[in-house]
Parts: sequence; C-alpha cells; structure tokens
Amino acid sequence: MLRFILTRLGLVIPTFLGITFLTFLLIRLVPGDPIEVRVGERGIAPERLAELRREMGLDQPLWQQFLDYVGNVLSGDLGTSLVTRNSVLSEFATLFPATLELAFCAMLFSVLIGLPAGVLAAVKRGSWFDHGVMGLSLTGYSMPIFWWGLLLILFFSVQLGLTPVSGRLDLLYYIEPVTGFMLIDTLLVGETDAFWSALRHLILPTIVLGTIPLAVVARMTRSAMLEVLSEDYIRTARAKGLPQRRVIGLHALRNALIPVVTVIGLQVGTLLGGAILTETIFSWPGVGKWLIESINRRDYPALQGGVLLIATAVIAVNLIVDLLYGVFNPRIRHAR
Amino acid sequence: MTTETQSAATPATTPAPGRPPHPLAEFWYHFRQNTGAVIGLAVIVLIALTALTAPFVAPHDPNIQYRDAILVPPVWQDGGSWRFLLGTDDIGRDMLSRLIFGARLSLLVGLIVVTLSLAVGLALGLTAGFFRGIADTLIMRAMDILLALPSLLLAVVVAAILGPGLVNAMLAVSVVVIPHYARLTRAAVLAEASKDYVVASRVAGAGRLRLMLVVVLPNCLAPLIVQATLGFSTAILDAAALGFLGLGAQPPTPEWGTMLSSSLQFLQSAPWVVTWPGVAILVTVLAFNLLGDGLRDALDPKLKR
Repeated sequence: MLRFILTRLGLVIPTFLGITFLTFLLIRLVPGDPIEVRVGERGIAPERLAELRREMGLDQPLWQQFLDYVGNVLSGDLGTSLVTRNSVLSEFATLFPATLELAFCAMLFSVLIGLPAGVLAAVKRGSWFDHGVMGLSLTGYSMPIFWWGLLLILFFSVQLGLTPVSGRLDLLYYIEPVTGFMLIDTLLVGETDAFWSALRHLILPTIVLGTIPLAVVARMTRSAMLEVLSEDYIRTARAKGLPQRRVIGLHALRNALIPVVTVIGLQVGTLLGGAILTETIFSWPGVGKWLIESINRRDYPALQGGVLLIATAVIAVNLIVDLLYGVFNPRIRHAR
Repeated sequence: MTTETQSAATPATTPAPGRPPHPLAEFWYHFRQNTGAVIGLAVIVLIALTALTAPFVAPHDPNIQYRDAILVPPVWQDGGSWRFLLGTDDIGRDMLSRLIFGARLSLLVGLIVVTLSLAVGLALGLTAGFFRGIADTLIMRAMDILLALPSLLLAVVVAAILGPGLVNAMLAVSVVVIPHYARLTRAAVLAEASKDYVVASRVAGAGRLRLMLVVVLPNCLAPLIVQATLGFSTAILDAAALGFLGLGAQPPTPEWGTMLSSSLQFLQSAPWVVTWPGVAILVTVLAFNLLGDGLRDALDPKLKR
C-alpha cells in the first residue's frame, strides 16, 4: 500500500514542476517585462528600472529566476496583486471557499440526479425513459452554459421572481466568514433567514455549473450499468431468485460505480473551468470571476498565482481519486 | 460463421454471397441505423450550405444598421415584421443575417482548430509511439501537464497572453485539445506497431517514415475521426465561451458568443437578442455530438455487432 502511494506521489511531482514552469513562462510571454507591465503607461526612469530589475532578480539568468520562483512558490509566496497590493495567496484563499461551495453543490446535484437516471435508463434500456435521458444528457453536454445561465435567470429570476439574480447573499445580512462556506457560516451564527437566502442564491449557479457533469455522469452510469448487467454473475444472481432491486442495487451498481467514480473525479477540472463562466454570469465572488477580472485589469501576478493554485487543486483531487481507487480496488493496487 | 448468417446480418450491403461488403458500404450500413447521427449529419450539411452561401441567403448585410428598426421583435411577436424574421439587435442589425454569417465563423473556427490540433497531436503521438524512450516520456509528460489544467482555464490564459481576437482564440483552443489527439494516436500506434502486417513490411524493407505514415497511420484513423468530429463541438463551444468573456472575436464581428455578450443588457427587454445566438450554438454543437456518437458506433468494431 505504501509503495502504491509513493509511486503515485512520485508521478505527481514532475507534473507539478511542469505547471510551475508553465506559469513561470506565462508572465514572460506577456509583451513587455514584468516591471514595464507593472508600471503601465506612466513610464519610468532608466536608472530606477535597472534598480528594480536587480531587486526583482530579473538580471539573473533564466534558470536562476526559475529556481527562485520555485523556491518562492514552495514557501507560499506567490507574489502580490498589482491592483490590490495584497498577497495573491491570501486573495485566493478568501475567494476559493465560494468557488468550492458552488463546485461541491454542482457535483452533488449532478450525482444525485445523474446516477439514478443513468441506472434507470440502463435497466429500462430502449424505453422512452432511456431515450429521454440520453437525449437530454446529450443536449446538456452540448449546452453553452453561459447562455443556459442567462435563460434560467430570465425565466426563474425575471419572469417568476423565484431566485435572486446574482451574488451569494442578500445585502440585508452580513455574515463574518468562519469557514468561508456561506451555508455553514450562516448556520454557525444561527441566522436561519440568511441560510435560506444563501441557499436560494446557490440554486441557479448550481444547476448551470452542474449541467455538463450531470450529462456526463448519467451517460457514464448508463453505459457502465449496461456492461455490468450482461455479466455472468448478474445472471447467477437472477437465477438464484434474488429480487430485482437487490440485483440492480447491490450486485450491478457496486461494480458499475468504478468507472463512474473515475469520471466524477475527472469532472473536477471541468467544474473549476466552468466556474469561470458561471461565476461571471451570476457575479459569484469566487476565483473564476477573480481570474477574469485579473485578466481585464492586466493583473498578471494574480493570474499567474491563480492558475498555479487551481492547477494544484486539480492535480491534488486527481491524486486523491487515484489513491481512493487503489484503496477500493485491490486489483489496481497490486498491478505494478 | 456461415455465409448465410453473414448475409442475413447485412442484407442490403452484401453484393454476392461470400464476398465481404466494401468497407464504406459497411460503414454506411451501420451509420444509417443510428437515427440521431443521420439527423446530426443533415443539420451539419444544412448549416454548412447556409454558411457557404451566406451572402445570397442572408436577407440583409450583417453589419448594416437600420436606424428605424431598433430592437424589433421576431415576426410572430407583437410589433414584429416580415422584414426582420428573427428581429433586430440594439443598433438595428438583422439577427437572422448575423446568425447566418456567424455560422461561417463557427464552422471555420471548428475546421481550423481541428486541423491544427489534429496535425500537431498526430505528429506528437506518432513520434512518441514510434520512437519510445526519451521522446515518448518528454512528449507524454508535457501532454499530462496540459491536461492538468481545466481546458477553459488554459484557453482563457492563452487568449489573455496572446491578446483578444478570433485568431488568437482559435490558437488558444487548439493548444488545449492537442493532448487528446496525441494520446489517442500514441495508443493506437502502440496497439498496431507489434502486429504482423507491420513486422512484415519492416522485414520487406520499409523505411521508418513509410512505416509511420503509410503502413500504420491509416489503421489508427478510426478513433481520430471520431475525436475530430467531437473536437468540432468543443472548438465551437470554447471559442463562443471566449467570445462571451470578451477574449475571442471582437464586436462587431457576428460571432455567436460575442453577439451574446454584447447584447447582455437587453436580456430583459429584448430576450431574442440573447436567445438566438445561444440556440444557434446549441443546435450546431448538438449536431456534431450526435454525428460523433454515430461515427463511434459505426467505426468501433467492438460495439459493431
């Protein structure tokens, strides 16, 4: 087991170094050097420029600069935002819970609906329900989610007035962040009204962000179930006279879950990428909206740090899924 | 298996008993079974024809502003007119004509992105699969790094570095999807390279380049064709998303995503300016996904019978 964990960890290190190199290159590829970018159109005296370059280590050879950058990153220094002058890491840390909360709800939404829908579609293969689920999921998979979000706002917020248009909470309430998760924080201080407000703010963004994962989970569950249902052990279970519910729920679903869990893990990247669009539409104060704002403000250190942190989060989640996979499936653990 | 059961399975395509049907005929037979895929193909052909003949079929110039017809609703709503079937936008441009010209851009984006990423991915995958060793490790590690980034995030970053614009958006989206083609090609090459026919042509004296391009490559094409079709939909969606975020095509270009974002403030008063571009994106992407699914079923020998 230990050997399995160490091998997987060993595979992650080059990927992480590669991402660090990529984000390091990022700021060099922007036209103009970092100081000129920082100074903007104000201009700067040549001697001051040379001094700043020396201070920031820009006169060092590139490999030396890269090593310094890796050193800084490993000690948690991701630079400072050009606009707010705050440390990029702390800005990210304040906004990330909002993104996580939304991504988590979207994941829950897609699994809670996608899994049963996929199982039912497989069991009732060829029925109108199956065709409906498959058609809807292909539509969901093809959905431009920024447009989908606007349609939902138009219908539920503007026409029906059921849900708020943007933000995380009504302006009436102020909740001191403890965990950063609005649903938990409001309950911690005992403000049930604020909790309901936070929940209503979450509904539409959750649906929008969860639509593509929902489609993927439903399709994957269906095809995994179909594969498992044709196995001999299912026929055996049926022949033993076990009730249908037990055959499907216990014998088939458990085995079909393995590829489904992998796909769910892979969707984390999609969720964090989709958060860029969803957060922009709903003015959701998370890292996705912050990244787009950083681009528009030409705040390259913030962009650089944000990309590195999001990539790290994706790598970490994939690693965890990989490890869990090994824990639950001994065949993989002992494969190499 | 006897010839009788074979001809029973494919009655229409079996020309003479005992002779296998032409691969294309066999492919069409399996493809035709999938109604969704046929619909997808029909829609794509229709969109492509519209895009090609845009200057003739579009009722108006996509950039002409009719000052007397600002935010006119579609023809079936109160105040709509036959002059503008799908209504006009906030500066009086005909929605239908802009959508038709937008189809050109979206299909062009799909075509260029798929060609670029397929070419680069194919080259990388062939190199990795044939030469193995250090080249393989380096290429596949680099692909893993690209895959670790959420695709839209990577596209946004690349577009931010290159600067906004349709060409840069296409480059950004191409970079993002290269790893998929590289991995598929490498896997297919590895599966084929040890087969007898490859060994035979190597023994017969075929050079490395000939082995790569003439012997092995044609037998790796099936999964790549499927991926390329699905790649159209990813490319169109991502380019529209970049347009929506202001990092893709710039106004007044009638790109669907850009059209959507530039009329956002009229979402409540004139929903059609936001609805139509989205419908266009959805229908096009859905058609390519249907076609891709159908191709996969028709080309995948495992699922065939």
